[in-house]
Amino acid sequence: MPRVVVEVMPKPEILDPQGKAVHGALPRLGFDGILDVRQGKRFELEVDEVDDATLAEVREIAETLLSNPVIEDFAVHVEGA
Amino acid sequence: MKIGVVTFPGSLDDADARRAVGLAGGEAVALWHGEHDLKGVDAVILPGGFSYGDYLRCGAIARFAPVMTEVVAAASGGMPVLGICNGFQILCESHLLPGALIRNDHRTFICRDQTLRVENAGTAWTNSYEVGQEIIIPLKNGEGGFVADAATLDRLEGEGRVVFRYVGVNPNGSLRDIAGITNAHGNVVGLMPHPEHAIEDLCGPGTDGLAFFTSALAALAGVS
Repeated sequence: MPRVVVEVMPKPEILDPQGKAVHGALPRLGFDGILDVRQGKRFELEVDEVDDATLAEVREIAETLLSNPVIEDFAVHVEGA
Repeated sequence: MKIGVVTFPGSLDDADARRAVGLAGGEAVALWHGEHDLKGVDAVILPGGFSYGDYLRCGAIARFAPVMTEVVAAASGGMPVLGICNGFQILCESHLLPGALIRNDHRTFICRDQTLRVENAGTAWTNSYEVGQEIIIPLKNGEGGFVADAATLDRLEGEGRVVFRYVGVNPNGSLRDIAGITNAHGNVVGLMPHPEHAIEDLCGPGTDGLAFFTSALAALAGVS
């Protein structure tokens, strides 16, 4: 069954305290090579079939509910089609 | 005058808000998130708490609760609407107010008696204050950092729509120390601190919050 994936990330200019907390923990674990961490969300939407109408609907879902366009960007891609 | 207080799954401060309305001299009406019914109220309060467990984003799911269809329509028609803490987050998610609330910059939950400066005493919820007045009411949030793009912030300031600013410390990283804002008509106000917790001398830091509720009653009576 195809799966449409929506990935939501905080906009680059928006502070991401969670990503900063993760980044801050890395040196304590001995990982010193990571310059920055941003934390986002991944949504997996199962659908019967992937067509333009489905993708348009998923984009609308991503825009209205899954992300807040004031602070987040989203990207849509299809897996397992 | 009837002021409705919406209870969502996870609301915490709905009872306190209803009590504040009563102490101010109004009639508090309990509203339910799942009903398309404002029960004839003259104003609405969206209380603090963690509606829908703060899942997805704070206020993101509450925005689509059945009662919010009615709240958004009533607010567009000029009804006074106050969003406190989670209620402020819901108002931003509903696009009744611009901007968004993100996790505190210091990443910890904060609970303190917070000094605010009144910047706009012309709204339905602040007409009993005076511009420049400093008030102390409790603040308690984990995601209270107010953010918006620079153009939106400039517009809010230019139009006098910043209603409260944090004084002394900025407790959550809010841009330009903004604690509360209003819409273009001044009937919708949202803020992170909790006026309903500062209405009696017995508990809380004083009674500085009571004027929110007397302001709304005055606005409804047309005497503001």
